[in-house]
Formats: sequence, C-alpha cells, structure tokens
Amino acid sequence: MSWETVIGLEVHCQLNTKTKAFCGCSTAFGAEPNTQTCPVCLGMPGQLPVLNKVAVEKTILTGLAINAKINLESKFDRKNYFYPDLPKGYQISQFAVPIVEGGYIDIPTKDGGEKRLGVTRIHMEEDAGKSMHEGLDAVSHIDLNRSGIPLMEIVSEPDMRSADEAVAYLKQLHQIIRFLGVSDADMEKGQFRCDANISVRRPGEPFGTRTEMKNMNSFRHIKQAIEFEVLRQIEIIEDGGKVIQETRLWDSVKNESRSMRGKEEAHDYRYFPEPDLPPLRVTQEEVDQLKAGMPELPAQLRHRFEAEYGLSAYDADVLTQTRELADWYEALVAAHPADPKRCANWMANELLGRLKEANQELHDSKVTPARLAALLDRLADNTISGKAAKDVLDAMMDSDDSADAIIEAKGLKQVSDTGAIDALIAEVMAANPAQVESYRAGKEKLMGFFVGQVMKASRGTANPGLVNQRLKALLKG
Amino acid sequence: MPYSSLSDIQTRLENGETTAVAVAQTYLDRIAAHNDALNAFVHIDTEHVLAQAKASDAHRAEHGARPLEGLPIAVKDIFCTQDGPTQCCSKILKDFHAPYDAHVITKLKEAGAVLVGKTNMDEFAMGSSTETSAFGPCRNPWNTDCIPGGSSGGSAAAVAAALTPAALGTDTGGSIRQPAAVTGITGLKPTYGRVSRRGIIAFASSLDQAGPMTRTVKDAAMITAAIAGHDPADATSVADAPMPDWLAACDAQSMQGMKIGKPKEYFVDGMDADVRAAVEAALKQCEALGAEIVDISLPHTDKAVAAYYVIAPSEASANLSRYDSVRYGHRCDDPEDLLDMYTRSRDEGFGSEVKRRILTGAFALSSGYYDAYYLKAQQVRTLIQRDFIEAFKQVDVIATPTSPVPAFKLGEKTDDPLTMYLSDIFTIAVNLAGLPGLSQPCGFSGGLPVGLQWIGPAWREDLILSAAAAYESATDWSKQTPEQFSPAGGDA
Repeated sequence: MSWETVIGLEVHCQLNTKTKAFCGCSTAFGAEPNTQTCPVCLGMPGQLPVLNKVAVEKTILTGLAINAKINLESKFDRKNYFYPDLPKGYQISQFAVPIVEGGYIDIPTKDGGEKRLGVTRIHMEEDAGKSMHEGLDAVSHIDLNRSGIPLMEIVSEPDMRSADEAVAYLKQLHQIIRFLGVSDADMEKGQFRCDANISVRRPGEPFGTRTEMKNMNSFRHIKQAIEFEVLRQIEIIEDGGKVIQETRLWDSVKNESRSMRGKEEAHDYRYFPEPDLPPLRVTQEEVDQLKAGMPELPAQLRHRFEAEYGLSAYDADVLTQTRELADWYEALVAAHPADPKRCANWMANELLGRLKEANQELHDSKVTPARLAALLDRLADNTISGKAAKDVLDAMMDSDDSADAIIEAKGLKQVSDTGAIDALIAEVMAANPAQVESYRAGKEKLMGFFVGQVMKASRGTANPGLVNQRLKALLKG
Repeated sequence: MPYSSLSDIQTRLENGETTAVAVAQTYLDRIAAHNDALNAFVHIDTEHVLAQAKASDAHRAEHGARPLEGLPIAVKDIFCTQDGPTQCCSKILKDFHAPYDAHVITKLKEAGAVLVGKTNMDEFAMGSSTETSAFGPCRNPWNTDCIPGGSSGGSAAAVAAALTPAALGTDTGGSIRQPAAVTGITGLKPTYGRVSRRGIIAFASSLDQAGPMTRTVKDAAMITAAIAGHDPADATSVADAPMPDWLAACDAQSMQGMKIGKPKEYFVDGMDADVRAAVEAALKQCEALGAEIVDISLPHTDKAVAAYYVIAPSEASANLSRYDSVRYGHRCDDPEDLLDMYTRSRDEGFGSEVKRRILTGAFALSSGYYDAYYLKAQQVRTLIQRDFIEAFKQVDVIATPTSPVPAFKLGEKTDDPLTMYLSDIFTIAVNLAGLPGLSQPCGFSGGLPVGLQWIGPAWREDLILSAAAAYESATDWSKQTPEQFSPAGGDA
C-alpha cells in the first residue's frame, strides 16, 4: 500500500525596509555587532514600539500578490519566551488577527497544468537577535543588530503532497517576493527561512502525526530534509512504531535530522494583545492604491511574454525568473523590435550561457541590451552570419567596443557580393575536381562539403544562403 | 514658604522676591531635616539640584520665564532620567542609569522646572502602601506609624511634608489618587493617552498614566498642562485630544448648575464611617455651591478589582520579562548555566509582591486558562467602560471617596494581599475605563486625611479641575499641614 506525504510550510521573510519594525535603527546587513541598536530594540526600561508603516505596506503587497484578503483592522500580540537574544522577553507578533488571511499560489504540474496551494495567513512580527556560541569558550555572544527587523511569516495550508511540490511552492513564493521588491529574500543571509510540518498517511485517511523540521537554508536542503523525514516516518510506522510530535533540526552536513524538542517541551507562548500598540487600521483606499501600484507578477509576465512576443513557454519562464531578467529582455526588444524571438534566443541561450560560464551577473556584464541589440541588427541585415555573431558576442563579453567595431576589426563582415562568391566557388571547384565529378554524377550529399569549403575559404564571411544558392547554380555546370 | 503652592512660589519668583536657588535650598534643607523620618526620597543630588536652579535663574534673567521656571518638582523613581539612577525601587535595577529622559521629564525640563530627586515607591509600582520598596518603606507625615499610600507614596509624603512643593507620580490602579488621599494632598490621573508613557518604566501598559501630586488643584493643572501632549514615539498617546485651558478652568471656580453623579456602589458597608461622613459632607457643600447631586449607579463596580488583578499582572508578567540580567540590571554570582542565571537573578532581584504578580499574570495568560481569566477580565473591562459612558449621559462629573479607609499602620496588611488590594477598590475602575480622576482632601478620620475623588469623562480634565477648584476655594482642607513637619527653622 502506498503512502501519501502531507506538508505545510512556514516561511519567515525579512522585509527590506530601511529601518526596523518598531524603531529607527538601520537594517543594513553585515554591520559590526550591536552597532545598529537603540534603547527600543535593546529592550530598555520604559521604551515603546512605533510601527514602521513601510513594513505594513510591504506585507499588504505580498498579501495582494497571493490573492489574499487584507484585514483592514488587525492586531499585534506579545509572544512570550525567554532567550538571551530576545531583549524584551517577548516578540511582538500577530496572533489572533493577522493582517493577511486566505490566499493561494499556483504551481506548475508535470502534466503542464497547475496546482493551487492555499496560504492560510501572513502576519507581521519582529526578528530576534543572534546568539553566537561557535569558537567561543564557555561563553556566548549576542548580536542585537537583527533584533526588531521586520518579518512576515507566511503560513501555508497543509496542501503539498511531495518535497518537489514544497520546493515549487517556495520557489514561486520566493520569486513573487523578489518581484514585489518587498524582501531581498537572500537565503544565505537568513532573509527567507523555512520550517516544514511533515506527516505521512495512507491515502484517504486523516492526517498523521506531524513533525516540524527547522534549519533548512536552501531549496536543496529543504528537498533533502523533507525526503529524509518522510522516509523516517514511513519506516517507523512500517516497523509498528508511532511518529511522535516533535521539532527536529536538519543537519545539512550529515544529511540527517535530529530531535530538538518534544511536544511536552513545547513552549506555552502566553500570547495576549500588545497593549503598547493600538489595533492596526488600514483603509480600503490605501489597499486599492497599493494594488494599483503593484508591479507585474511572474505569472502575469510569463503569460504576457508568450502572448506579446510569441515566446515558447520555456523561454518565457527563463526570462521571467527575476525582474531584472525580464526588464533586460524588454529593453533588448525595445532596441531590436524587429524580432523578439531572436532577442529571446540570443539572450536566453547565448548571453546567459556565457555569463554562467564566466561566473558573471547580468548587471555586471559589459553586454547591455543596447549593445546586444546593435549586434542583432547586424545579424538581421545580413552583415554577419550567425556563427560570426557568436564570435562577436564572445569578444563583447570582455570589450567595450561596439559590435560594428569588432566586426570590422575581425573582418567578419559577411560577403554577399555574387561576383566575389562566384570567384571563391570557382577556386574551390578547381581545387576539388573529383568531388565536382561525383556531385554531377548524382552524389548531391556533397553539397555540404562544398559549402564548408567555400565558407572556409571566405574565413566564415561569406553569406551562407548566397553560397548555397550560387553553388547549386555553378555545380550544375 | 515650604507649604506654599507652586503658583505662589511662581508669583514670588516673578516679583523678584526670591530666586530659584533660594527656593531649591529651602526644600533641600527640609529634605535634609526630615527625609530620615519619612524615607520619601531615595535619591537626591544636592549639587545637581542647585545647578539646575542656578541655570533657571539665568534663563529667567536672559530669556524670561518658562511655564514652570524655577519650580522644584520631585519625580517618582519610575521615571527614567539621564541624571542619577532610575531603579523603580527594585533590587533588579540597582544602580541602573537610563541613557535617556522620559518624555515627561523632557517636558518638565523644557518648561524650566528644577528636578529635585527620585521619590520612594512600591517596587515596580506594585502596591498600595510603599512598603514593597527595595529602599525600605516610606511613612505618612500625618502619622509616621502609618503608610503614605502607594505606589506613589514617596511623592505623596514629600509633598504632604513640604519636602517639595510638587511631584510626579504614576497611576495604574490608583497609585496617584490613593496616596494623595491618605496624605492630604491633590493628585490627578489624566485620561489614558493624555501623557506619553515613553521612558516611564512599564507596569501595566494599558493602564499606566503619569500625573501631578500637588498642594492645590491649580498646581495640578499647571503641571498637567506642561507634561500633556502627543508623543509620536508612544503609539498610545493620542494625537488629536482636545486640550482646553485648564488653568482657566481652575480659575472659574464655579459649580453652579454642575450635575455631580453619586454612585451608590461607592458608598457601601464596610467603608470607614468617618471617610463616608467626610465625603457626604463634601457633597452637601457642593450642593450649597450650586451643584446638583444625582444618585447614579455603576453596576459593574464590584467586578473591577478582580478584573484589574488579572489584566494588570498579565501585562506586568510580560513587561518585566526584560529584566533577565542579560543586558543590564542585577545578575546573580557565578551562574551555572542560562536557566540558573535567569532564575537566580530574578529570584534575587524581585521582591515577593512583584513575584506574586508575575506568577498571577503568567498563570492567567497560560494555555487553557486564558479564556477563563484574561479574556473574561477584558469583557468586564468593557462593561465597566459602558457603565461610565451611560453615567456621563446623566451627569457632568462623578464624585466618590478616593479610598475606603484612611492610612493604615505599617505592616498591617503586608501579610494579607487581598485586603491590601481592596485599598484601590474606588480608584481601579477609573483606570480600566481610561478616564481622568482627581483626589483632593476633604476631611479627616482619626487625625488622618480623607480624599474626595472626582471622575470625569475622557478628555474632560477641565470639568473635574473646575469642580475641585471650586470645592477647594470654599474649604480649607488643602491648607492643613502635619504638625510633626511644621515649617520650623530653615525657611527662606
């Protein structure tokens, strides 16, 4: 009998506001420990939180992007627990009434369709500081620069049925967040962190006992950790045991998880309404305004690229992975409007491939949309061949010279002069009389050979179409 | 001079009859002479007080006088000040120095006041007798065997014995009004949101409010006018609250046609007979002054104490979590591990009443009990708010006794927290409803002062100031002084 996996995900995402959630401290990453702190985020006596409005707007935008309901009145609560990097002894969060409720994300399925995954809620909260134990002897250090940085916690329904679906959901969510520009969502910097609730059951049965997996820092780890946990649970049950409800930590070095705390050690957070903050009220007009100013989302953009530029689903997907890619592509099309498909081919296959090889980022590249467009123009007007264009692009990767200058310098200008080509053909025919004989005797496959020879003789500059056409005529004799 | 009102001292300063330095010296001398008997101040920096007074005289000479120019004001040890320690009379904040001033301290400084020092209080403002202070109990100037009320007992005793002409207190469940009542002075708790709480060490955030403790009603208005106002750094401080001219309200001194509600729930069996008689007499006097006394009912009054002792400890249990010894405050010696550091530091640092409230609050909020306690208490709070809204449809202000009993003996109730909690039975509902309340002296019981409490609708401090000023001008209860601390030598 088969097993069904059930996964629900909780994502903590740092909002990229300039200042913290409840005070004016900078949120810049990588500063010296405890230099971006003030009495509020240090939890000094008598200090009070003041809500960052930009963080509210960014959370609302995210809610709108996942088709959720925005609560015009939401509330803050205190989540109580003691930890040295939690200065107040409580975290300001939203428990009873979050700002965003009930949305969804569609992920592509293998059969080319889509699966809708529910998002239960998004609430706002503040991050804690960082405790550092490694490399220290019998002491711990605390850095409170992160204390009070605004987070949104995005909680999904238990709708995922495999590690792949979970990763697809996360990638989609990550992409939406990056498109909205509400978070840098850099997983290595902990700006997009995921916890997974995992259980298994026989199809049709009620949910099994779930475990919560923490400490997965990349999409790859998430997939590995979920697959590991699913197998672990199935093994326990098939051996006649019972899965116990617990929180587990993923160890990405050993590729295994270990128990962090059991159900009986679970915290009682003693949530209650935060008396220092009045209920958070936003107006429908404010929500509508945010909605009106919302940038295009990945799915919309993909569909538009397919419809407007006639791109394949594959190319549209590649070119909408990030806002930057999409913008770059559209700038290229604007500069070379004649053939959007050619633009897509050259950008997706040629340029991105070269960048990957050179380990370069698009925005660091010497190749700009305008420069690539100038090259494609020469391809379009038959000044150079496709092969030559690839050589020019190679050169452009490390040069500030224009496509025209490179074509000139390398002598790559395509020869489309019939007389010149006929002369080359005559040379080749004279040098290869036996092959001419065979061709004329019916071995038409030799056409390829002649084209190659003529192109070689022209050092690649001859217009291949014209070479073909003239060869056919002249070989007839 | 020591028993002069702030406004009298202000007049003398304006007329050049005295200087801020001379005024400050007068009170410093009184503190030196009498503080040992009262333990009203827990921190005094004489030089710093004189330096402020000197600067104030210079300011007056060069730029003219600000609203509180040169006037000495003491503050409860709950207000964070950059100068001197701020310890909330708790061992856990021993020697803590705040790197910032509370918003109200900034406001007082900007108004030209001379800050006299820090006054004694119940630890973290949790108490009604100023006996839970880590610096030892404070005493009542009218009888030093008795408590001065609490939690702002130090501020009350200091004003009552003229160690300062005025002081700031805070009021979470009666902590300004009850000590004012039992020491024979005037105390005002403004509407919740009227005064910024920033820099005031939090006890129960939804109830805490700072206010003046003074010799006269007008003095209370003067200080309130200086400290009130929106503070963008306190999200619960209200931005568009109406601020009428409170000094003018005091000067009007008229009760003609005013409807005064007399809630039957505040005149009950078990209260001190003399207290009841004094308040009844005060209401008769108000009638003679042209007011109409209207019998009203605030039906949920008897639930207020229970609701308060769920809500306040719940908020306190979270507010006091920051005292974990990690960043500041008392830390135990040689902790074995993190848990040991937390538990021993907090066990050593907090007194028993504070621990009782933290435990009560943590229990009320814990999973499985939240609905029965915290949620129920919030529902009661709503009912109490509605009681007042209904009442203020019939009357302009409400008058009640401030405390059911006069000051009791030190140690009399320390072993019986429930009896102690009933000291605030008449003041707590006002905090739960967020309303302004004022206590002023209206008589004596066994030689100890009795307080009359005025309650107004939200943002109508002007109404209760006006009524209290009219009553004050028609009686001389505010002018009584405790014999043991009579103005002997050392007067300016």
